[in-house]
Amino acid sequence: MIPFNLDWSGEFFAFFLLAVCAIAGAVLAASFTKVVHTALAMAFTFVSLAGLFVLLHAEFVAFVQVLLYVGAVTILMIFGIMMTKHQDEGKEAARPLLETLAAVGCLCLFGILFFAIRSSGFPAEVPPPEGDNTLAVGKELFTTYAIPFELVSVLLTVAFVGAVALAKREEGEDI
Amino acid sequence: MSMLASCLTLAAALFCIGLYGVLTKRNAIVVLLSIELMLNAANLNLIAFSRYGAVPSLTGQLFSLFSMTVAAAEAAVGIAVLIVLYRRRATVNVDEFDELSRQPAHHRSADDHDRGGR
Repeated sequence: MIPFNLDWSGEFFAFFLLAVCAIAGAVLAASFTKVVHTALAMAFTFVSLAGLFVLLHAEFVAFVQVLLYVGAVTILMIFGIMMTKHQDEGKEAARPLLETLAAVGCLCLFGILFFAIRSSGFPAEVPPPEGDNTLAVGKELFTTYAIPFELVSVLLTVAFVGAVALAKREEGEDI
Repeated sequence: MSMLASCLTLAAALFCIGLYGVLTKRNAIVVLLSIELMLNAANLNLIAFSRYGAVPSLTGQLFSLFSMTVAAAEAAVGIAVLIVLYRRRATVNVDEFDELSRQPAHHRSADDHDRGGR
């Protein structure tokens, strides 16, 4: 990491710590063979990302991230794990060709993105916004974005009713 | 390297790890979790630009809130579909969910009884 001219300010140190946590959680999640361990590592990544959102002065989004991803999505996945059977996990034949190809493809994508980010110029940093983030988000959400907000609530209702209707059928019933 | 570039690099790394998980994992639940990771990386980009972008504003944060909502809906429907598939096939291996790519002549007999349903 020599070519990076980093300034080790407190903000950057916190960012570095949280970034290492996020990457470590994601890599562990990709390498674990047991599904529950994967879900827990993913939850760790989501918590680290919530910390990053706080660092970026998006406190409300960080709160929603903890509530929604760590509290809802991960728990939903764990219920999904509980309701399905995973005895034969880790016993499947390895697919070295596919895994190598996928790894090479992902690394190529990362390389392209990395060099695009390195070569582009970014605007100078501005001081953090003043005032209450949650208040500002709420004002914006219920004035400018009132119609998208209502549409999203309709979408959520439809999706959850649909999910319940899909999963509720009893044994032997036609699907 | 500025904070914005660091955030974008981190998001790119998370996105690539999620993509690798989607492409190689065979457990459908792990695939769904990897998709959530990719969506979260995109959210990190949105929030980084809303703080350090050319026009810093709250729009990126609001957009990431909407995308989180859609991701939650997607996860719920995904798990429901997964549970229905598990009841019919007794597996969560994504390689075996290939009914749409099979020829109609090779229908399994277990699949025949649900014709004429919804």
